[in-house]
Amino acid sequence: MEFSWDLVINAIVTGVVLGGFYASVAIGVTIAFGMLDIVNIAHPAFMIAGAYLAFWGSEKFGFDPFVSIAVFAPSGYLFGRAFYRAYHFFFERRGDESLQGLAFFFGILFIVEIGIVLIFGVDYRSITQPYLESTIGVGFVSVPWRMLVPFLVGLGMLGSVYLYLSRTFTGRTILAVSQDVEALRLIGANPIRAKEIAFGIAVATAIVAGVLLIIIQPVEPSITREYIGRAFAICVLGGIASIPGTLVASLILGVAEALTTTFYGPSWSPAVSFGLLLLTLIFRPAGIFGR
Amino acid sequence: MSGQALSAPELRKPAPVSGRSRTGLAIVLIGVVLLAATMVLGSHIGEYYYLATYTILQFIVLGTAWNILGGYGGYVNFGTAGFFAIGCYTTIILNKIFPMPLLFEMLVAAATAGVVGLGTGYLTLRLRGVFFSIATLALAIVLQTLIVNWSFVGGARGVYVIRPAVSGIFVSYAQFLVVLMLGLAIFAVVVAWAVEKSWIGIGLAAIRDDEAAAETSGVPSLRLKLIATTMSGALMGMAGAPFPYYVTYVDPATAFGLAIAVNSIAMPLVGGTATWWGPVVGAILLGSAQQILTVTISSAANLFIVGVLLVVFVTVAPRGVVGIVRGWKRGRK
Repeated sequence: MEFSWDLVINAIVTGVVLGGFYASVAIGVTIAFGMLDIVNIAHPAFMIAGAYLAFWGSEKFGFDPFVSIAVFAPSGYLFGRAFYRAYHFFFERRGDESLQGLAFFFGILFIVEIGIVLIFGVDYRSITQPYLESTIGVGFVSVPWRMLVPFLVGLGMLGSVYLYLSRTFTGRTILAVSQDVEALRLIGANPIRAKEIAFGIAVATAIVAGVLLIIIQPVEPSITREYIGRAFAICVLGGIASIPGTLVASLILGVAEALTTTFYGPSWSPAVSFGLLLLTLIFRPAGIFGR
Repeated sequence: MSGQALSAPELRKPAPVSGRSRTGLAIVLIGVVLLAATMVLGSHIGEYYYLATYTILQFIVLGTAWNILGGYGGYVNFGTAGFFAIGCYTTIILNKIFPMPLLFEMLVAAATAGVVGLGTGYLTLRLRGVFFSIATLALAIVLQTLIVNWSFVGGARGVYVIRPAVSGIFVSYAQFLVVLMLGLAIFAVVVAWAVEKSWIGIGLAAIRDDEAAAETSGVPSLRLKLIATTMSGALMGMAGAPFPYYVTYVDPATAFGLAIAVNSIAMPLVGGTATWWGPVVGAILLGSAQQILTVTISSAANLFIVGVLLVVFVTVAPRGVVGIVRGWKRGRK
């Protein structure tokens, strides 16, 4: 496409807004992979499950997306806690995380994706609300509400998780799990319980991200694969366990993708996140905010 | 790196194991019998059975190749479909610019996929194992995006491939493909067996159990992992090379199919990852089950079942069918 500054500025604004949503997807990976050392590649599967739950809620009960978040995110939290219990019992306890655990998550990813195909089919599904249809614009820059709402909710969620982890006792035990499990035991906290709660939060954020996704665009089951790359690229680029890093990396990826889409076309955009991931792994595996 | 290389020769002398070459000979003999049977039965077998057999043999190659790095070394490769597709598209590109017999195309495919494996490994195998896994996932998607945007090889729309005429000794092209794939499967299994019994396999097993300890005791871990990644990638590429002639129409969605990535991980894990025959057992069991299910139910449902089996096996029976059989034998004694 012909180069012009209007396009560049529009792409950067779109990218920043998109980045806020990406942060909501990646925060769960930052918690699970970065802090708990659980390589949950099934995270995008939980996200897509959230998107289809929102679709189902909207079709069946006429749920507004925010009602869907209020109903399904707590269920996701409880599911995540139970899921971690099972994962701990079968893999962490045996010390089988690396090979069997990875294959396990890969299998879960696959089961969720095919399960959704079997239930809902491969057609694109979407939800609409009147307030999502309008667009706000300043000068030549315009942003639709269906992008702005996920951006704001994503940032809000990131902020709440950050405050929870840094200000509450349970939150701090979660941060401590990634650093020194023995010291945590000495102060009388249970590391398994901390990890269980943290994984519950990670799954709940995935469900919220899914609802946000179906606000932004129509979804279909195989969309998970693109988001594995995005979530892990952001997590690694951000320094794996850093929440501010996650935000900065999300914005970088969002802008990079928006510029690529504007000037080279949307068919190149999946390569951006994976390219960024490979480059980070090669040149700076510690990430920009890494220790 | 140089310190590792110096201590390597000690590993080159594995303890003599009695009856070692007998197993290798047995694999080759079984293979020759199967080859002869395919040639003799010839036109008495329907086309469908050839195509079904081809798919199962292809998965024996992919599962075995995956297991060389994943099972022996403990490094999970999620990008099997990427290496497989490199094989497919090598054939397609060669067909367009410089047509040659399929056997040579397979060798070029092996070289290309092997080099890609070596490169990916060189860049990411110094990091923790998970990073390699994530990078292989990334590699497959980057390659797919490149192919989708490359109109010379058909882009997203795909490309038709015309089967060449088949030479006199074969009754049909399908039979030729089965014979070829059977040969490749035997080759792959013999390679896996040889690796498992050699100093490479012993070193890889040490890496899988405790990489830091292995490195301290002189195992050249990076070199061994690179050898395994290259061999594994090359075999996957070889398995992909005849695929365009098998389907006659290739598009990125088929060549990079999720079914390939999932099956090549599920089959070794269901069969058992510690031995060369685990992936073979897994590929035959899962492969034939899928052929039957695809006919009787639907292809989406059978992939669902593969996923469920994978999860059930890694949680309940982490040693796979091989482990179950061994436990059962021990119980009877």
